[in-house]
Amino acid sequence: MPKNPVNNDKINRRRLILIVDDEQVNRELLGMIASTEFDILYAANGIEALDIIRKNVYTLSLVILDLMMPEMDGFEVLKTMQSHEEMAHIPVIILTSDKDAEVQSLKLGAADFIIKPFHSPEVILARIERTIELSEDRFIIQTTERENLTGLLTKEYFFRYADQYDRFHPEDSMDAVALDIIHFHMINEMYGRNVGDEILIHFARFLREEIIGNKGLACRLDADRFLLYLPHIEEDYQDFLDRINRAFDVFVDINVRVRCGIYANADKELEIEKQFDRALHAVSTVKDRYDEFYALYDDEAHDKQVFSERLVNGIDEAIANKQFLVYFQPKYDVSGDTPKIISAEALVRWKHPEYGMISPGLFIPLFESNGLIHKLDFYIWEQVAEKMRRWKEEFGAEINVSVNVSRIDLHSPDLEDFLEYIVTINDVDPKRFYLEITESAYTEDGDRVTQKIFNLRDRGFQIEMDDFGTGYSSLNMLADVPVDVLKLDMKFIQHLRSSTKNEILISLIINAAKALGILTVAEGVEEKDQVDFLKGIGCNIIQGYYFSRPLPEQDFLELLKEN
Amino acid sequence: MLTIEKMKEIGANTEEGLNRCMNNEAFYLRMVNLAISDDSFDQLKEAIEAGDLDRAFERAHAIKGVLGNVSLTNLFEPVSEMTELLRSRTDTDYSELLDRMFEELNKYRSLDEEE
Repeated sequence: MPKNPVNNDKINRRRLILIVDDEQVNRELLGMIASTEFDILYAANGIEALDIIRKNVYTLSLVILDLMMPEMDGFEVLKTMQSHEEMAHIPVIILTSDKDAEVQSLKLGAADFIIKPFHSPEVILARIERTIELSEDRFIIQTTERENLTGLLTKEYFFRYADQYDRFHPEDSMDAVALDIIHFHMINEMYGRNVGDEILIHFARFLREEIIGNKGLACRLDADRFLLYLPHIEEDYQDFLDRINRAFDVFVDINVRVRCGIYANADKELEIEKQFDRALHAVSTVKDRYDEFYALYDDEAHDKQVFSERLVNGIDEAIANKQFLVYFQPKYDVSGDTPKIISAEALVRWKHPEYGMISPGLFIPLFESNGLIHKLDFYIWEQVAEKMRRWKEEFGAEINVSVNVSRIDLHSPDLEDFLEYIVTINDVDPKRFYLEITESAYTEDGDRVTQKIFNLRDRGFQIEMDDFGTGYSSLNMLADVPVDVLKLDMKFIQHLRSSTKNEILISLIINAAKALGILTVAEGVEEKDQVDFLKGIGCNIIQGYYFSRPLPEQDFLELLKEN
Repeated sequence: MLTIEKMKEIGANTEEGLNRCMNNEAFYLRMVNLAISDDSFDQLKEAIEAGDLDRAFERAHAIKGVLGNVSLTNLFEPVSEMTELLRSRTDTDYSELLDRMFEELNKYRSLDEEE
C-alpha cells in the first residue's frame, strides 16, 4: 500500500455514481456525460441496482434513478434505500419525464431531478456535483471522523475508507484484524477509569505509529475493541501479536495483553463490514482458549456456525411446515418362539427443505444447549398422541409408545399438565405412554427432578430410564427412584461382556430389576449372538437394527399388521 | 448510412442531440442507431392491437424518453401524442398515429440501410 488512503481521500478521489435506467440509450448518454468527471456503474433494473448499491454502500456517492422500469421500479428502489440505514445516506437523483412523479419522489427523499429529454450536459454535471457536495457536507456534519478519546477513526469513517481503499486497489491482499484487550473491565475496576483511558490512548497511538504507519487503517470499534485494515501480514502471526503487545511494555505494573482475530486475505467480494464480522468472529474463538491469543478466521468453523444458527432459527418454521417427522422403532418381545412387536420408540427426523434429512445427532444437542428442545419435544409428544388415537380408531391397534423427555423438559412447570392434556384429548391411556428419561437426569439434577418424575408417574405415565449404566447410578438407587423400565444400551452391555465377571454383573442387574418389578429393555442390538445372550440372561425386550431400523409411520403400521 | 446532414433533412434536431452528446458525432450516431433499432416500436404496436393499454403506455413512455434524448423530433411527435392519450388509457383508434410513427421511423431505418 503506497499511500495512506486517509490522505488521498477527499481531494483526489473520483466519485463513483450509479446510473439506473432500463433504456440503454438513456444509460449510455448519461454515462457519457457523467464519465467526464465521475466513475460510473450501470444497472438496467431495480433489482440489479439494489445489488450494486449493497456492494458499494461506502463508495457510492450518488444514484441516478429512472422511475419507470420493469421488474422493480424506481419508487421501490428509493423506498428500499430509505428504509435501510446503511443505504439511506446515498443521495438519489430521479430521472423522469413525468412532472407528477416529482412530488412523490421528493416526498420519498430524492435529492433532485433530471428531466428527460436531458438538458445540456453542463446542467446535468452541475446538478450531480451539487447533490454530491451537499450530501458529503451533511455526512461530515453528522458524523465525526475521529473518535474523541483515542483520535482513531470512527467506525463509520473506517468502513468508508477501507471500502474506498479496496475500490482503488482491488489487487492488494488485505487482512481484516480485530483486537480486544483481555479483561479490560478488570483493569478499569482495579486501577480506575483514568488508567483505563490512558491505556486506550497509548494503545491507539502505538497502533497508529508502530503498527499501521502509513500502510493501513485503524479504528476503535467500541470500549476496548479495535479494528485494523492492513496489507496481508507476512510475518508469523505470533510475532505480529507480540509486536502489538509491546505497546503495553510501558505499563510495568499492569498486566495488559490483547487477543487478536485475523481474517487473512479478505475476500473483497464481501461487504466490508462482513469482512470484519469474520475477524470479530475469529477473536471470539480465542476467548475459549487459554494457550493461544490469536485465531485465524476459519471458513469451515464459520460454515458450521452458520449451519447451527440456521437450524436454531428454523425451528418454528419447521414445526409450522411439518418438517419434523416422527419415526418409530419397534421393540420386540423375544420370550416366546417368535419375536413379537410389543411397543415402539418414537424418534424424530428433520426433513429440511434445504439440507435434506438431518440426523437428530446434529440438531438435538443444539436444541438441548439452548433450551429449544422443549418446543420440539412438546410438539413430538402431541404428534405421537394423535397418531396413537388414529391407530386405535382406524386399525384397532393399541400399542405402547415411548417418547424422549429431555432433562430440560423436566424443569418446565407445565410438563405434567401438558402431557396429561394431550393423552386425555386423544383418548390415550397414559399407561401406554412411556417417557424415556436419561439416567443422568436422576443423578445430576437431584431431588426436584426425582419429585417431578414421581408426579408424572402419579398421573399414570410409565417411566423408562434411558442409558442405564452410563452415568453414576448404582443398583441400590433403583429401589428409591421412580422407574418402570430400565433401558440398557448394547454398547454398554458389549463393553461389560469382555469379562466373565461382568457378564455376571449384567444378569445380576437384570434379575435385581425383575425382583423390583422393573422391566429391562436392550437397545442398539444388531446381531444374532447379542439376542441370544440377552435372552440367556433374561432380558426379553429388544430394540435395534437386528429386528428393524426406525421406520416412517406407514412402514411401521405395515409391519405391525404383519405382526 | 446515418449522417448528421441526412438526419437533419428528415427532421431531427441534430444540433440539440449533438450538444447532449458533448458534440461527439460518432457517439451520437451510435445512440441514434440504438434508438431506431429498438424492439419497443413493435412492442407498442402489439400492445395496442392486443388492447393492453397499460403495457402500451409503458412502452410509449419509454420510447418517448429515448427519442427525446436523441432529438429525433419528427419521430418523437407521434410517439409523444400517443403517450399522452395512453397515459389516460384513452380507448381510441391509434392506427393513424402508429402509421405515422412507423413512417417516420422507416425514414431513419432506410437511411441506415443505404450505402
